[in-house]
Amino acid sequence: MMTFIRKNIKAILLISLVVLNFCVAALGDDAGVATSSDKKNTVEIKEFAFNPPTLKVKAGEKITWINRDEEPHTVVSVGKKFQKSPALDTDQEFTITAGAPGTYEYFCSVHPKMIGTIVVE
Amino acid sequence: MKDHEHILQNIEQDGIDRRGFLKCMAWAGTGVLWTVSGGVLISRTLAQIAKVGASSLPATDLSFLQISDSHIGFNKEANKDVTETFKIALDRINAMPTPPSFLIHTGDITQLSKPEEFDTFDQLVKTCRTKDVFYVPGEHDVLNDGGKIYRDRYLKSVEAKGSGWYSFNKNGVHFIGLVNVLNLQAGGLGQLGEEQLDWLKDDVKDLGADTPIVVFAHIPLWTVYPQWGWGTSDSERALGFLKRFGSVTVLNGHIHQVLQKIEGNVTFHTAMSTAFPQPAPGAAASPGPMKVPAEKLRGMLGLTTVQYKQGNTALAVVDSNLS
Repeated sequence: MMTFIRKNIKAILLISLVVLNFCVAALGDDAGVATSSDKKNTVEIKEFAFNPPTLKVKAGEKITWINRDEEPHTVVSVGKKFQKSPALDTDQEFTITAGAPGTYEYFCSVHPKMIGTIVVE
Repeated sequence: MKDHEHILQNIEQDGIDRRGFLKCMAWAGTGVLWTVSGGVLISRTLAQIAKVGASSLPATDLSFLQISDSHIGFNKEANKDVTETFKIALDRINAMPTPPSFLIHTGDITQLSKPEEFDTFDQLVKTCRTKDVFYVPGEHDVLNDGGKIYRDRYLKSVEAKGSGWYSFNKNGVHFIGLVNVLNLQAGGLGQLGEEQLDWLKDDVKDLGADTPIVVFAHIPLWTVYPQWGWGTSDSERALGFLKRFGSVTVLNGHIHQVLQKIEGNVTFHTAMSTAFPQPAPGAAASPGPMKVPAEKLRGMLGLTTVQYKQGNTALAVVDSNLS
C-alpha cells in the first residue's frame, strides 16, 4: 500500500519542517545529506497524457504528479490500491509515498483514456 | 485529420443523397436548420432563413433549446470570461421572439465542480425568461463527490433514478436524460452501465413506435473519436432499445463543436459550448481548450434550438453562434 499526504496536513508538515530545521541547526555541518526518500519522482500531466507513462521508484520514495494542462485531471489507482487524488487544476500537484513493491496501474477518472503505471521496486 | 467521413457518412443510404450535404453542413458549423418535408430531408442555412424571413420556418408544436458546456470557473487563455459568454447566450435566449418551452443543459455546468461555481451558474440561469431547465451531468460536474452536489441541485423537477437518469414527456415527445460520466473505467470511454440500460429498456417498452424520442447525455452516444474518449462504450446497446422508433434525436455536448450524423431514423447532434471551442477530432495533440483570436471566439460558441411539429418524422435542429 501507499500512503497519502494531503494538502490539509500542510500545516503539520510546516511545523515538522520548522522542528527539523531546528534539529539541523543543532546538528551543524553534518546535516544536508540527501536520503533516497528525498529523490524527486515527478509525473507530468500534459496534453492529456502521463509523462513518463511508466515510473520506477523505490519503496519509501515520494511520487508527485503535476498537471500542466488547462483541463482538470485526476490520478486514480486501478483497483483502489492507493488513495485517489482530488481533481487537479492547472499547475496543481499531488504527492504520495511509494509503499509495498509492486506494479500499480492508474488512470484519470475524468479522461479514462489516460493511463499510467508506477513500479515500486 | 483530412477526412471526416468516418463521422459523417450516411451508412443507411435510403435514396436521399444526404452524404454530400451532411459533409458540408456539419462543418459549416453554426447555422443549419434541419427539416423533413414529405420524407425528404431539407437543410437551410441561417443566412438563407434571414433572407426569406422567419415565415419560411415551419410552424412548430414544441421548441426547446440546448445549452452545453458552460464551464463556469474556467479562466484560462481560451476564454478568460466564461461567465460573460454564458450571459450572452442567455441574452440571446431572452431576445427570441418566441421563448423556447424549456432548456436542456447537456453538462459541464462548471469547470471544477466547486459549490461557488454552481452558485454563479444558478444566479445567472435565473435571469433566463425560460424557467424550466433539464440537466444531465458532465464529467466536470462530478469531479470529487460522484455527482452529489449536482444531483442535489439539478434534479428537483424530475423523477431521477440511479445516479441521475430520468425521462419525461412534452407534447407527445418522449425525452430521456442519461448519465454517461460516472464510474468510468481505465482506458475506456463514457459509460451508461447495466442498471441504467435496464432502466432504459423498461422506460421505452410501452411506447408506440411513432413516439418521437429525444435522448440527451453529455458525452456523445456515438463514436466520434475514441482516441480522445469521444464516445460511450455501451451506447450501441442503448440505441438498440430505440431502433423500432420512427424518430430518434440524440443531443450531446462534451466536444464543444457541432457535428451531426444520421443513421437510419436516428439523428445524432453535438452542440457548441458557451465557454471555449475544442479542436476537430484529431486536429491537435490533445482535445484541450482551443485558443482562437479574440474576435473569432464568439463565432465558435453557441446554442442549439430544436423544433418539433406533430406529424413530422424528424425534429429540426438549428445551431446559432454568439457572434
